[in-house]
Amino acid sequence: MKMLSIVINDMHIQVPEGTTILEASRQVNLKIPTLCHLDLKEFGIKNQNASCRVCVVEVEGRRSLVPSCAEVCTDGMVIRTDTIRAISARRMAVELLLSNHPSECLVCTKNLDCDLQKLAQDLNVREIHYTGEKMHYEKDSSSFALIKDPNKCIMCRRCETVCNELQTCGILSAVDRGFNVIVGPAFHLDMADTSCTFCGQCVAVCPTAALTEIDNTTKVWQALNNPKKHVVVQAAPAVRVAIGEIFGMEPGTISTGKLVSALKALHFDAVFDTNFGADLTIMEEATELINRIENGGTLPMLTSCCPAWVKFFEHQFPDLLDIPSTCKSPMIMLGAITKSYYAEKMGIDPKDIVMVSVMPCLAKKAEAKRSELTKDDNDNVDIVITTRELGHMLIEAGVSFTRLQDSNFDSILGESTGAAVIFGTTGGVIEAAIRTAYEWMTKKTLEEVNFKQLRGMEGIRSATVKIGERNLRIGIAHGLGNARKLLEDIQKGISHFDAIEIMACPGGCIGGGGQPYHHRDMEIIKKRQMAIYQSDQNKKIRKSHENPYIKKLYEEYLGEPGGEKAHSLLHTHYVPRKRI
Amino acid sequence: MEDVYKLENAEELLPVLDTFIDSFPNKKDEVIAVLHKAQDLFGYLPSELQLYIARKLDLPAAHIYGVVTFYSYFNEEKRGKYTINVCMGTACFVKGADKVMNEFHRILGIKTGETTPDNLFTLTDVRCIGACGLAPVVMVNDKVFGHIHAEDVPGIIESYKNREKEEA
Repeated sequence: MKMLSIVINDMHIQVPEGTTILEASRQVNLKIPTLCHLDLKEFGIKNQNASCRVCVVEVEGRRSLVPSCAEVCTDGMVIRTDTIRAISARRMAVELLLSNHPSECLVCTKNLDCDLQKLAQDLNVREIHYTGEKMHYEKDSSSFALIKDPNKCIMCRRCETVCNELQTCGILSAVDRGFNVIVGPAFHLDMADTSCTFCGQCVAVCPTAALTEIDNTTKVWQALNNPKKHVVVQAAPAVRVAIGEIFGMEPGTISTGKLVSALKALHFDAVFDTNFGADLTIMEEATELINRIENGGTLPMLTSCCPAWVKFFEHQFPDLLDIPSTCKSPMIMLGAITKSYYAEKMGIDPKDIVMVSVMPCLAKKAEAKRSELTKDDNDNVDIVITTRELGHMLIEAGVSFTRLQDSNFDSILGESTGAAVIFGTTGGVIEAAIRTAYEWMTKKTLEEVNFKQLRGMEGIRSATVKIGERNLRIGIAHGLGNARKLLEDIQKGISHFDAIEIMACPGGCIGGGGQPYHHRDMEIIKKRQMAIYQSDQNKKIRKSHENPYIKKLYEEYLGEPGGEKAHSLLHTHYVPRKRI
Repeated sequence: MEDVYKLENAEELLPVLDTFIDSFPNKKDEVIAVLHKAQDLFGYLPSELQLYIARKLDLPAAHIYGVVTFYSYFNEEKRGKYTINVCMGTACFVKGADKVMNEFHRILGIKTGETTPDNLFTLTDVRCIGACGLAPVVMVNDKVFGHIHAEDVPGIIESYKNREKEEA
């Protein structure tokens, strides 16, 4: 690679051709503020439109200031990042943004978690010298998952980049022009009327509160304060490796025990584990996979745990509705079992049970409201909150999370295996399924449960797993754009797989739209992934079908995996949807 | 959203549009050309037509809509037979384009962006058509009228109404 010599703040350095000024400055630990810039290196996706002008620097011989995020270094370039001119220009850029931004930080959901607010603080903005017309748009809270508030939009277009390039959903685009321009769907449709999957990646990258989740915390407080209700909570695997971040713990800290104690401190009547639902999913999904393989069923089989992925294929691939597994997601399965098996055992009327789910995900909010997943007018899962919303509730209730002792999930839906916890990361669901399918197909004990060839962070991965005489071809994709590539190759007949796992978010659920904000630091997601695999390692039982409570559930209640009762409670169907 | 085949003359016009689109090796790069053609054919770009084009070019509908709403040339509403564009660019404006515009408002009884009930005229404003030497400028469909003042407005309207009578 050709190297260039540049001078940056009097430091002579060498950078490879193609390096931006911003990247070069980071090489020598110079901090240039950025706002619209977004670089998801692992996915080769960059938002580099230089629209905010917050990263401007001076370049010798150039009359005007240069946006460092988009300007590529040239040989002999002399750069200054610290001149009074650059600093004032950055401050002016932020002041101009603030002049058309609601000044309601104190009551904003993103208060103290907002990139614009942080920048105003960092750049020492103490006065806004500009006044002018302000935007006045209606909030879009049409969906069950997210709110779009254009008044707080700073036109950084990060959401548009992830929606179009990473997820290839193409819901968001800049529409209209000049002062009237907003980021929104075609024809100014409500988000609920588009083919949005509610993956929430737009929310994950929004620097302000222009895109946020629908806040369900009030509903949870109301349920908890209703003495007639038996309020049960479940928490997804990815929550336990991320919630600590909200309380200043290191990314990648496993806080399962503290999470359970925290939920008990909020006085839930029972604290269950979505991982139990994950083990149950494996029982059904592995059965379905083996059936399809041995009886000439449709292959590949695609996983169906991720609700954003489900909605994606309903809109984008309506002709492929027969290939995903019919299994409900672990969250919905646990809801169904709570309101049937658990309710019967405890002698509680299912109508008096409120099932709350803590999820790393926004799409789960919409999934819980799908008409076919609500049984007897009684939702299987009533309220979904994100990891972030739980964090807010705990802070509100004065729970000192970091000082909590560990406790265990409640019986009878709280025991889970290592196979379940890895559902939280890309590659995990299929690895868990293989651990069980292997033993069921070969009737032999699987000694090495770690399928390292299925792990990693690459967007699309494939591997062959030998099960007895058979070579099982496995495909894995995370990020919906990668899922699209994989599916298109299947349609074209280019690739052939037996089983495919898809998760909508980068890294899987650990990078979900409802997780603590990563503020563009993808290393955090890698650390969460390591924590997930460590949790698996820490478990004594690491195969779903060995979970004693799962065995008991089938013995006492469900009968056979894939049997009639299991089918009516744990399986679902999909509907073709329009693509807009 | 309505079915695109319910648009007027859709059975006849959509194949023409398809042929036009298929003539490009890199369809995705031809959004503006395709929208021009579609507007020429249908007279306007209703949402169902935009969605049809989006699918045909394999681009998100939001992207197409972004382009349509960015360029003032594209219109989503059905227009009158004659579109009157009054130039409100700087040169035309200082020479009294606002008075010309007001006269059109008064005589046609419609506001900027609206269409007369008989579907004959749509009135719009444009920002500079690049004929500043002729300021103030009015364009009716493709015909340019230079040095137009308020008192010329009734004559222009009359000439098109007469033409319409002759054609009838």
